[in-house]
Amino acid sequence: MNELSLPHEAEVAECVRESPTVFTLRLRFRDSERHARYRFAPGQFNMLYLYGVGEVPISIVSDPLDDTLFDHTIRAVGRVTRGLAQLRAGDRLGIRGPYGRGWPLPQALGRDVMIITGGLGCAPAVSVINYVMRRRGNFGELIIMQGVKHADDLIWAERYRRWSTLAHTQVLVAADVGSALWPWHVGHVTDLFARARIDAHKSIVMMCGPEGMMHIAADLLRARGVSESAIWLSMERSMQCAVGRCGHCQIGGKFVCTDGPVFNYPEIKDLISVRGL
Amino acid sequence: METGFLPRGRFHELLAALHRSGYRCLGPRVREGAIVYAAILVAEDLPRGARDHQAAGHYRIEQTASPRYFAWANGPQALKPIVFAPQEVLWRVRRQADGGLEFHRQTPPAERLAVIGVRACDLAALALQDRHFLGAAGDDPHYAARRAELFLVAVHCSDPSDVCFCVSTGDGPQASSGFDLALCELDSGFIVESGSDRGAVVAAELGLEAVGGDARAAAARQADAARTRQHRSLPGRDLRAALFANLEHPGWEEVAGRCLACGNCTSVCPTCFCHASVETPALDGGMSVHARAWDSCFSQGHSYIHGLTVRSDTRARYRQWLTHKLGSWHEQFGRSGCVGCGRCISWCPVGIDITEEAATVCTGVADE
Repeated sequence: MNELSLPHEAEVAECVRESPTVFTLRLRFRDSERHARYRFAPGQFNMLYLYGVGEVPISIVSDPLDDTLFDHTIRAVGRVTRGLAQLRAGDRLGIRGPYGRGWPLPQALGRDVMIITGGLGCAPAVSVINYVMRRRGNFGELIIMQGVKHADDLIWAERYRRWSTLAHTQVLVAADVGSALWPWHVGHVTDLFARARIDAHKSIVMMCGPEGMMHIAADLLRARGVSESAIWLSMERSMQCAVGRCGHCQIGGKFVCTDGPVFNYPEIKDLISVRGL
Repeated sequence: METGFLPRGRFHELLAALHRSGYRCLGPRVREGAIVYAAILVAEDLPRGARDHQAAGHYRIEQTASPRYFAWANGPQALKPIVFAPQEVLWRVRRQADGGLEFHRQTPPAERLAVIGVRACDLAALALQDRHFLGAAGDDPHYAARRAELFLVAVHCSDPSDVCFCVSTGDGPQASSGFDLALCELDSGFIVESGSDRGAVVAAELGLEAVGGDARAAAARQADAARTRQHRSLPGRDLRAALFANLEHPGWEEVAGRCLACGNCTSVCPTCFCHASVETPALDGGMSVHARAWDSCFSQGHSYIHGLTVRSDTRARYRQWLTHKLGSWHEQFGRSGCVGCGRCISWCPVGIDITEEAATVCTGVADE
């Protein structure tokens, strides 16, 4: 706990522009021993501290087996994230973590894996895609569904194209508002269920995105015969301490930072259907 | 545990014994029209004869000729500000010339502090704060330091106010655990009971007299009166199911029309634990201080995430406060987060009564 409540100095190895507002910070701890023993699971998050400004919780998007760097994909939207967007290689920041419960990867072994994301919800889930890709024989079909509001919001378009060429991999992308030469669906991500080939009894579903989208998607999945306990959601709330103390991240009796951010659908289905909880 | 009688004229000996044991003493004092915990050196510092008059949205102190020091219910403070500081520095960062960052934790020293006049409701609240800030997930180092050397002198509540409902929550008016010493104040003096080994050590120094039959009878009568005087109550001890079955009850909208979302209730609540991070960079740019400060679920910023406020109106915020306090606390801590102190009723500027709102939402449901 004490170890987790104080940031440690990290350095930007690279800042990658993903879109006009989204960027990826590739980081390493300055203390090489700390870096070497740093471990995380896909779906967990770190608290990123920008000197003199404050902290934000950001999911870790890189592969846990990559021991050179760890990555955070961030949208520049608030005081801290707009400042983080200004960082360049060699700049320092503080990192504490990892925190929270990640994706249920052991339960996914041998099953079809559905990844349903909306907007920047693709970031917390991309580590699962990479995880499956690197251990392809251990999993069945991989179904990737991603929705964005506007075609310009899609990051990692090249990766989606590449994944779509692989065997046993379905890639379905949608934009509410398309653009010229937009190769994918125009409409909601939830429209894509009609096109997905789903084996309901073999599937495990991992979702991250707006709560309304996840709520509708869960209903559609259940209608297709997917059991509630096979559905997992990554939730988002304000998090300031990340250790279950500051109270901001509560949904009902859950502390999203320690009980989640990944929840099994039956744990929170009564809560995500209510606005403003 | 061991009990004895301390005549009123010898009360200063208790303070002297605590001072000898190295404790700085905090006790009730009247400050700006309210009873708060502040430093006391001698018995004359205590609010002798002070009585409080409390009602929804109302708190006044009256001076009487009574010889008693503790004939009042409670002031705006509980033990919360003493163990969970309203604002405190967690760490400091120093920035080197090359941009390097050095992080230094800052924890408060574990001070030997004795608090005199603690009520049963406040002890129950402290036990809940202990569960939140200490325990299974590891100790919060700042809370743990303030809590470690805290010596608690409880006083059984003889004069509950109009807003008290600790009988309903099962937390008072008699202190039953969590204290080092407990006092029952009578006109003639105090029945002293120890609740811990270190309490017994202090009690042994006092050369207590035997407790007479009259004193015991008076104490029992006083306790009964304190119990029967309370007229407010919650509709049950565990309201989780009732509250979460009524998340769309029209009562939330109605109370939101009166609630100012000022956060007074969460500030005076002895169990509310929400706190925000506060960053203060030094003007010369070489250092920055990371602190935490009490926050309230009634504030706009409390549920803010990347450009969106999850609980965007007062209805959602009042619902969060009540469903958490009386409902989801059971899931988190195995009991309600309300100890019946009534502070949120007195200190609400518009006099919203938590017991009435809970009753409205939990019982007056219209399903059609």
